[in-house]
Amino acid sequence: MNKLAAMITKRIVFGVLTLFAISLLIFVGVEALPGDLAEAILGQNATPETIQAFRTELKLDLPAHERYFAWINAFVHGDLGKSLANGRPIAEVIGWRFANSLLLAGATALFAIPLAIILGLLAAIYRDSWFDKCISMVTLSAISLPEFFVAYILIALLSVQIFLFPSISNINDQMSVFQKMHAIFLPCLTLAFVVVGHMMRMTRAAIINVLSSPFIEMAKLKGIGRKRIIVKHALPNALSPIINVVVLNLAYLVVGVVVVEVVFVYPGLGQLLVDAVSKRDLPVVQASGLIFAATYVFLNLTADVLSMLSNPKLRNPR
Amino acid sequence: MVGLELLQRLLSEGKVSRREFIAQAAALGATAAFSQSIFASNAFAGDEPRRGGRLRIGISGGSTTDTIDPAASTDMMNQILINGQLGNSLVEIDHENKPIPELAESWESSPDARIWNFKLRKGVEFHNGKTMDADDVIHSLNHHRGEDTKSAAKVIVDSIEEIKKEDKYTISIVLKSGNADFPFLLSDYHLIIAPATSDFTDGIFSGGYILQQYEPGVRAFATKNPNYFKSDRAFFDEVETLGINDVNARTNALKTGQIDIMNRCELKTVHLLKKMKGIEIIRQNGFKHYTFAMQCDTAPYNSNDVRLALKYGVDREKLLETILRGYGSIGNDHPISTANRYHASELPQRQFDPDKAKFHLKKAGITDASFDFHTSEAAFSGAIDAGVIYKETAAKAGITINVVREPNDGYWSNVWMKKPWCAVFWGGRPTEDMMFSTAYAADAAWNDTSWKNNRFNELLVTARAELDEAKRRAMYVEMQSIVRDDGGVVVPMFAADLAATSDKIAHGPVSANWELDGLRAPERWWFKS
Repeated sequence: MNKLAAMITKRIVFGVLTLFAISLLIFVGVEALPGDLAEAILGQNATPETIQAFRTELKLDLPAHERYFAWINAFVHGDLGKSLANGRPIAEVIGWRFANSLLLAGATALFAIPLAIILGLLAAIYRDSWFDKCISMVTLSAISLPEFFVAYILIALLSVQIFLFPSISNINDQMSVFQKMHAIFLPCLTLAFVVVGHMMRMTRAAIINVLSSPFIEMAKLKGIGRKRIIVKHALPNALSPIINVVVLNLAYLVVGVVVVEVVFVYPGLGQLLVDAVSKRDLPVVQASGLIFAATYVFLNLTADVLSMLSNPKLRNPR
Repeated sequence: MVGLELLQRLLSEGKVSRREFIAQAAALGATAAFSQSIFASNAFAGDEPRRGGRLRIGISGGSTTDTIDPAASTDMMNQILINGQLGNSLVEIDHENKPIPELAESWESSPDARIWNFKLRKGVEFHNGKTMDADDVIHSLNHHRGEDTKSAAKVIVDSIEEIKKEDKYTISIVLKSGNADFPFLLSDYHLIIAPATSDFTDGIFSGGYILQQYEPGVRAFATKNPNYFKSDRAFFDEVETLGINDVNARTNALKTGQIDIMNRCELKTVHLLKKMKGIEIIRQNGFKHYTFAMQCDTAPYNSNDVRLALKYGVDREKLLETILRGYGSIGNDHPISTANRYHASELPQRQFDPDKAKFHLKKAGITDASFDFHTSEAAFSGAIDAGVIYKETAAKAGITINVVREPNDGYWSNVWMKKPWCAVFWGGRPTEDMMFSTAYAADAAWNDTSWKNNRFNELLVTARAELDEAKRRAMYVEMQSIVRDDGGVVVPMFAADLAATSDKIAHGPVSANWELDGLRAPERWWFKS
């Protein structure tokens, strides 16, 4: 266990360093974009005087490094700052949106992950049968189609043709949990189409890979049934790659769903980030960028810890 | 239906009378249902406005960076919220493009149109219970004035020299120079009146609905103001404004009954939407237009022959049919729309004429030049395609246009007013003077063609202070002709606004000054019984 604790500590230290590096990259990136917040907000209505008034009030006229250090100083003291565009505290702007993003990701993961693993197992058990081929074809097509296309097809079928689910998922506080679940059904289904294929293929491949090992041969010679071999002997040994692909897909569900958010008008973090970048609202970009980065760092760490725990050799080092 | 659509366009441009329209439409076999949208008159069916219900608007033009401050209001979501639901201006624009009293009860000017006295309406209550008086109005107007204001309306109120309080319900506004159209200026969507103690961030105004929830770019929720000073307005119990920037999402939401009104229909598919049961399309021919602006102080555009060659080299009909799918009208190289009061219908329409284009190019002494045309989707939807079509038609006149695609990001700060020739969007203005003073006067901040014509600038000042209608009209017609023949803009077309509603929605004649009945749909429309 010491090794595990040491690894976790090390990874957390590296994670924090990564976050700092990312904050610097985001800052440089946004600075490199043409124009600033004053110009982006006023657009065609800008005059030199109003732009100057904006810059003075928001301290945009200070040198870039001074603004960065001011921001990072506040950040390490736990102050995310305020949105430059509308002066609202960033914690307030981001908090409920991040919760929404997690809700969408969580609801999708809840049925997509078990489904993917079961389908993967079945495909491995009935390898090369018509079932395996069908499943492979369907999931591969689902991955190949762009997600907005899947989304529009689902809307056309399940919302416009037969009104089962709403075409926009703009959930709000006035809705009950059941209403929310009903509203987010179509985006969840869309995302499931995208992620199930990936996870299912990986499960199948990992198990088939293990099936060629000598100990499976041994089990077969002992006369153990195919299903028992796969579930009891192959699956535990294939867990490590499966965990990795599941966690990567989880990360995608949290941070990579901007397109789905736009199509379904879902109030998550993605749209906020896009608007903030186009308006050069740096503190908001920083905060959401860091949340995304932290999600990745955390999930990768989880994946490593879980694969370590799933591997007896790593779990009990001599 | 081509015949009917042409007829509708002619009617809206004033080229046929309403009587002729009805006769011709009947000849085409059109029923009342088709002509409804053009007279915009579901109310003519005889049903009285009915109260109640929750209106749900799916709107394009919202951003998570929006604020409730009217000074920072830049796009539709906030405009339909602040102007259509929460607040009022001193002056309102009606469906005939005339200024009518709103928070101001009446107004009068000095003979030189320099000093304006506004009598304020008594007994108007803000949402916080305070009664409106002169101090509130002065505070609200001053929000856009002064050195350190961040208001996008600074240019609009720049002409004000002084605002004086005469008594509790009278203010007097002294202008730097006479302006017969001054009441129109006060109808601007930024100039919303808030209580004198307001910092403009709490959404407390005097309008027909009271703000309950507001999440910028996502959702706003407002309920009926029981103490609203207009008894014949604000019919809904609740209004929900949803930011839906994706046009497909908006259309689907309307089709599936999740919203009642949407703005900005997709031009490519609106003919299909029109055929759907239970959906009505509302077309407004307003002031919105696109220009191709040339910097008149930069070679080769400093030669009027080059400008004329490029004006003759554009095929307006084709652009209108391709880019706007016919939902608009062709322009005549000046920014005054048929919806404006003094539109010069007597000026001959400039046509695509390769021979004249060649002639002027030759006269300018340019034979084999290529012109860089800077464009981007940020200018207007379809601006890049417009550039490519322009390039193709101009080639027939021996003009080489090089279409330069610019990034959407930062288009207004890095390309517009900077590059010598670029595509521009204009929302247009309800008066000739506002449009010309904003973008064509020699000293205007947004004179995006750097155009300086002495006769034009003289006329602009004289016409502004002239109270005699006939004289004003003559001057504005001359100005339109000067812009057309000497100005730095190609104005290929005016774009119509297209909105769609469920057939449960009823309304009277609509104003064309802004989208959705001059931004007033939540206040003026109602649910049919």
